Amino acid sequence: MAEYSALALLKNALTGNRDWKPAWCKPEPKPEYDVVVVGGGGHGLATAYYLAREHGITNIAVVEKGWLGSGNVGRNTTIVRSNYMLPANVRFYEHSMKLWENLSHELNYNVMFSQRGILNLAHTPSQADDFIRRGNAMLHDGADAVWLTPAEIAKKVRGLDVSAKARFPIVGGLFQPRAGTARHDAVAWGYARGADRLGVDILENCEVTGFLRDGDRVTGVATVRGEIRAKKVAIAVAGSTGRVMRLAGIDRLPIESHVLQAFVSESLKPFIDTVVTFGAGHLYVSQSDKGGLVFGGDIDGYNSYAQRGNLPVVEEVMSEMASLFPGLAPVRLLRSWGGIMDMSMDGSPIITTGPLPGMFLNSGWCYGGFKATPASGWCFAWTIAKDAPHPLNAAFTLDRFHRGAVIDEKGQGATPRLH
Amino acid sequence: MLIPCPYCGPRDVSEFTYQGDANRTRPDPLSTDREVWDGYVYDRLNTAGDHREYWQHSGGCRSHLLVVRSTLTHAIVSAGFARDAATKPKKTRRKAGARP
Repeated sequence: MAEYSALALLKNALTGNRDWKPAWCKPEPKPEYDVVVVGGGGHGLATAYYLAREHGITNIAVVEKGWLGSGNVGRNTTIVRSNYMLPANVRFYEHSMKLWENLSHELNYNVMFSQRGILNLAHTPSQADDFIRRGNAMLHDGADAVWLTPAEIAKKVRGLDVSAKARFPIVGGLFQPRAGTARHDAVAWGYARGADRLGVDILENCEVTGFLRDGDRVTGVATVRGEIRAKKVAIAVAGSTGRVMRLAGIDRLPIESHVLQAFVSESLKPFIDTVVTFGAGHLYVSQSDKGGLVFGGDIDGYNSYAQRGNLPVVEEVMSEMASLFPGLAPVRLLRSWGGIMDMSMDGSPIITTGPLPGMFLNSGWCYGGFKATPASGWCFAWTIAKDAPHPLNAAFTLDRFHRGAVIDEKGQGATPRLH
Repeated sequence: MLIPCPYCGPRDVSEFTYQGDANRTRPDPLSTDREVWDGYVYDRLNTAGDHREYWQHSGGCRSHLLVVRSTLTHAIVSAGFARDAATKPKKTRRKAGARP
């Protein structure tokens, strides 16, 4: 298996890089596993990894329609944070943050987790009150938060228009110092290699075409590479949740799939060393190690599975960027793309047993799934291994919508396009 | 994405406001069946393919439209006035507050 020590780098450099071993095997599917995880994205791979690592269940297959990292784990804007307000959310995401802090060490794979902080800008006094309240809630639940004045913000982020004559004057900002970014592909590769070493079979190009059933019970999956039986089937397919669950005969779920676009500018010299979000619209921006500005805004706002969006959102995001950093107006865009978000009805995720016997569901990440990757896999693995949720994900049930126990961080109600 | 408004003709999507899934039918307002209301409020078909949905031409004639659009390609299959597709309320419906 691949090792990336200084010695190995030197040896392979001298021998023409011909001897690198693949980071994970490409096995043939076995006829039966203890657990089949559908979806080889960050969450699916993390689930398999923690099932093997924490619960000793190693007879696992991860089945993936395309190649590893082809979905949202390679399409996000790489932001990691735990700046939520509601207790269920802040505790879950703070657990994720703690796993992030040790992830490179845990996987022995550099995921380039950089705790550069995230700064949520407030543009009105009432927004400032709201952010300070959220900061207090975060502190109360063990996360970190600092309130910054415009003068402190001007020192922290160069090029930002903090003047009173800005179109949306900045009155302050909520800063989470431990937040940051990570190399998203490395997260998929690191978990894949970690899971593979613990005996997990990673089956790429293995699209699920149906479910094997024994009455109500799910007993495996039919795939393009043959039928695979399993004691437990776990679904972690993000934007494809509706399509996959339909194969199991479940037509309606509290989820809509929407498209979110992301953008990268041409490379610039380093000038933003934190993640900045704009509070008068919706924009989040950070600068990658290659110098490109990585940024995004709102989802397009209509149901979509197309992995590409339309121009009105592009125009809106660019205008917000120019409003916040007037000096960036001449910078050119390098590329943009879209990913499919599983928008839930309250903006919070679902990690649960069921909805059918033998099945487990991980979904509803809206457009915040990347930062959740470690905790999502950790909690989902617990739920699968013990047939019951961990206290950290006990609130993220599928039936909460029908029990009046929604976790609606933004208070938008059952309008997924607004979460 | 251009939406062919039946009144104004094809217009850019930025002129329209999305009003969501049209595969749901609002239950009878007098219904107290919790499951029916829960299903209406929270559950979605989330179709991958031709999707029935409401849009309003808010930056134009302000008509409410029923659009069938592919969620896989964003191609518009059809667009008509929502009122033409609406089901007429039942005549037997009671007035609010009336005794049964």
